[in-house]
Amino acid sequence: MNSFKGVVGTSVARPQARRFVFGRGRYTDDLRIAGTLHAVFLRSPYAHARIEAIDLDAARTVPGVVAAFDGKAIASVCAAWTAQFATLPDHRSAAQPPLAVERALWQGQPVAIVVADTRAIGEDALGLIEVQWHELEPLPHPVATAVADPAHPPLHAALGTNIAYERCIVAGDPDTTLAGADRVIKRRFQFTRHTGVPLETRTVLAEFEPGLRRLTVYQSTQVPHQMRAIYAELLGLSEANVRVIVPDVGGAFGVKLHLYDDEIAVAAASMLLGRPVKFVSDRLEAFVSDIHARGHTVDASVAVKNDGTVLGFEVDDIMEMGAYSVYPRTSVGEGLHAISLTGAPYAAPALRARLRAVFQNKAPVGSYRGVGQPIACGITEHLIDAAAAELGIDPAEMRRRNFRRAGIDPPKTAGGIAAGDLSHQRCLERLLQLMDYDGLCAERASARKAGRHLGIGIAAFVEMTAPGTGLYGAAGVKIACSDGCTLRLEPSGVVTCVTGATDQGQGSDTGMVQLIGDALGLDFDQVRLVAGDTAVTPVGGGTWASRGLVVGGEAALGAAHALRDRLIDIAAALLDVRRDALVLSASAVRERDGAKSLSLAELGGMMHYRQDLLPSEVERSPVVTFHVVPTGLIANGIQASLIELDPESGFVKPLRHWVVEDCGRVINPMLADEQLRGGVVQGLGEALLEECRYDERSQLQNATLADYLVPMASDMPDIVIDHVHTEVTGTLLGAKGIGEAGTIGAAAAFVNALNDALRAFGCAISEIPCTPERVLRALRRVP
Amino acid sequence: MNDSMAARPAPLVTVTMTVNGRSVTRSVEPRTHLIDFLRNELDLTGSHLGCEHGVCGACTVRVDGDIVRGCLVLAVQLEGARVETIEGISASGEITDLQEAFVRRNALQCGYCTPGMLMCAAEFLRTRPSADREAIRDFISGNYCRCTGYHAIVDAIAETVEARRSAKGRGGHR
Ligand code: FES
Ligand code: FES
Repeated sequence: MNSFKGVVGTSVARPQARRFVFGRGRYTDDLRIAGTLHAVFLRSPYAHARIEAIDLDAARTVPGVVAAFDGKAIASVCAAWTAQFATLPDHRSAAQPPLAVERALWQGQPVAIVVADTRAIGEDALGLIEVQWHELEPLPHPVATAVADPAHPPLHAALGTNIAYERCIVAGDPDTTLAGADRVIKRRFQFTRHTGVPLETRTVLAEFEPGLRRLTVYQSTQVPHQMRAIYAELLGLSEANVRVIVPDVGGAFGVKLHLYDDEIAVAAASMLLGRPVKFVSDRLEAFVSDIHARGHTVDASVAVKNDGTVLGFEVDDIMEMGAYSVYPRTSVGEGLHAISLTGAPYAAPALRARLRAVFQNKAPVGSYRGVGQPIACGITEHLIDAAAAELGIDPAEMRRRNFRRAGIDPPKTAGGIAAGDLSHQRCLERLLQLMDYDGLCAERASARKAGRHLGIGIAAFVEMTAPGTGLYGAAGVKIACSDGCTLRLEPSGVVTCVTGATDQGQGSDTGMVQLIGDALGLDFDQVRLVAGDTAVTPVGGGTWASRGLVVGGEAALGAAHALRDRLIDIAAALLDVRRDALVLSASAVRERDGAKSLSLAELGGMMHYRQDLLPSEVERSPVVTFHVVPTGLIANGIQASLIELDPESGFVKPLRHWVVEDCGRVINPMLADEQLRGGVVQGLGEALLEECRYDERSQLQNATLADYLVPMASDMPDIVIDHVHTEVTGTLLGAKGIGEAGTIGAAAAFVNALNDALRAFGCAISEIPCTPERVLRALRRVP
Repeated sequence: MNDSMAARPAPLVTVTMTVNGRSVTRSVEPRTHLIDFLRNELDLTGSHLGCEHGVCGACTVRVDGDIVRGCLVLAVQLEGARVETIEGISASGEITDLQEAFVRRNALQCGYCTPGMLMCAAEFLRTRPSADREAIRDFISGNYCRCTGYHAIVDAIAETVEARRSAKGRGGHR
């Protein structure tokens, strides 16, 4: 009997979802640990100020306040850190303290911590802290900071400059190539700063056990092992004495990927007090303390021939980094992606790109979903459309003529990215069918006759997924690119998977369970998964760079194959049949064409309790572990957006959105599509609504959820998705990442659609978010 | 604010209300909002805080039959009130079909918005059930979800509306 049907490639629902719909999620703030104290922070009200004195005495007298510490006190147990890569030796980076000492460098930088019986008492005490501030000049706009450097004293005097990093890429002999161009189309782009806004704010509960000098940190994080290494190093503990446990995480998107000063100060306070200490960032402080992203001012151009051939791109990107380069990944990755991926989908051979990352008196910039890839896509796809319009070529045709052709164009892009088998041509054709491109163009034309302004925009993108050890390992940074998976056959015949991967609801856990179940002939509910505890799981990278299922799933599959082989070895000996006559199916090892079988429960029972019955010449352990080191995979796809512009009000409504994506094999279509949809909406938020608005004193003007807008259901369109499948070779899994694809291309498709509508008015916009005010300015209806 | 006032604790106020069908009495600071009350006094951690200023809807709970933003209501205002949370409406079975649809359709990722979203969707199903996607989008617009992009949530609610409607048409009990 062989009734087993696999579930890889099918849309099974996430078992974990059942907890959340009953209100049974367990986030860090839901934990109850006896004796827990609550931390709150005094934060700098100024973007740049000297701290002449701090008086904590009055705060300490408040009943219920247990302690108050300034930066010096926390520094006694916690070292400062400097974000540096051995692979980027000319990145200038300054040491960042856990709490500001002597000088605060952005509005929101923590200056003192109060620990109290309740959060409310702690907040009362904050009002009693006396700080003597001496306000200093904040750095001006990043463009001014970059070019007028000598006029502004360096934020970090020892670095001698406000330019933290500069990088140039020159490929394909741009001088000669571009001299052959018929036209060069130039634009200035502004990608405004925004932030991640996970609905659960950053939360940490640190429990130091003084007797053993052991620290346990419960934390809403994407990267438990990274945090373990950092806490150990900066707090002077042995890594074996630090344990990081990750309860449910209420959204992360890159925000929960970095070391935060306030979070490690909480661990330091726990060490100083010998008590568990918890910190829950409130939404107001999240806006000034979570990492921000983007913040690029870019001059860029594309060179084309009159027949539509794209020859090359030039990019000059000034990126505002914030007051420090964020630890441990640095802040420059976004800029590096932005310049190296410009033009990536196209065969154009020439690229001249320059990045200057400059310090600002603002919150540090870190890796938010997409990391610079949306910038590269936004620049490239805007320029391609602008060129197509000038040449009178249909935007889809313009792309068709210029996309890289697998096997014909060189395996590396002009920006140096290995991109051998991108499938943009196929994605484009599928997209045009899916959206009924010709039909939509006709609809746009008849709408225009009726006085309605519809716009259609297309954007192709690439997505760097599952990078290898060259990114962080070679940089000398303790972030694993690898993941491990341990599988345990339980006595009951159920298999437990212990993984180093982490999941914030994306569904990589479910994907792993599908893979393991299929490989071992087990039903989906016969596999249990354990994750998010450094004391238990194999060392793993966690969630970033669209790697969760790609690396974690590969490890799970490798482990499942190893366990399968072991079970077959044992069963072959016990049943006295040849190995190759056996398969795993329907919870048993069975003869392919015979009646003999041994259930996994029988095997599990013997492997735990009756080893005496097992053959001695084969490996009998019920546990296997498999580690995977990825080498980086580049995925690709294309998106389209249909919008309606109201030229009177400047409002733009996304009406529909399409994605065709190629991540190779799709393990769970529903979950993959939902990753894309969620990513698209974050990208549309970036295009339409989200911005951190600073005034000229670098004060954040809209640090509430009422003033910083994120997409609401009524703002957003339905999103149609399809896939193209290019075979991925060299891995068991055959899949690339998908987690950032939606975000990377959505804003570019939207802005192209808006510019399509604006073309009727003879104007264009190249600044996001496209707020009504900016749209009206582009239309010259407001100054 | 006068500094000496800043740290003087206000006297506690005793309040009695019915939470998920059970009468509870607690003495709380007047400034305690309903969600802190539910989470910290009653250990009902299904209700979440996403902003504490009335925007995101993660704190949506029911008071005397209507949904409210729990972060904008003080516990001491609720003397004698009837409060229902995700724990309560899960136990009563009122939205089992909706919860199943959320799971089936993956209308949640991190799950942090989900209890509030379900409270809101339950209100929609009760007061103005319609499978019209725009109507659903409008109704849930006060509940932010940062993960899903909303499409799947709209699908799950629409599916539940249809299922209830056809159950009714067949003389089902809803
Ligand atoms: S927490 Fe109440 S609306 Fe956001
Ligand atoms: S599922 Fe994460 S916020 Fe909605």
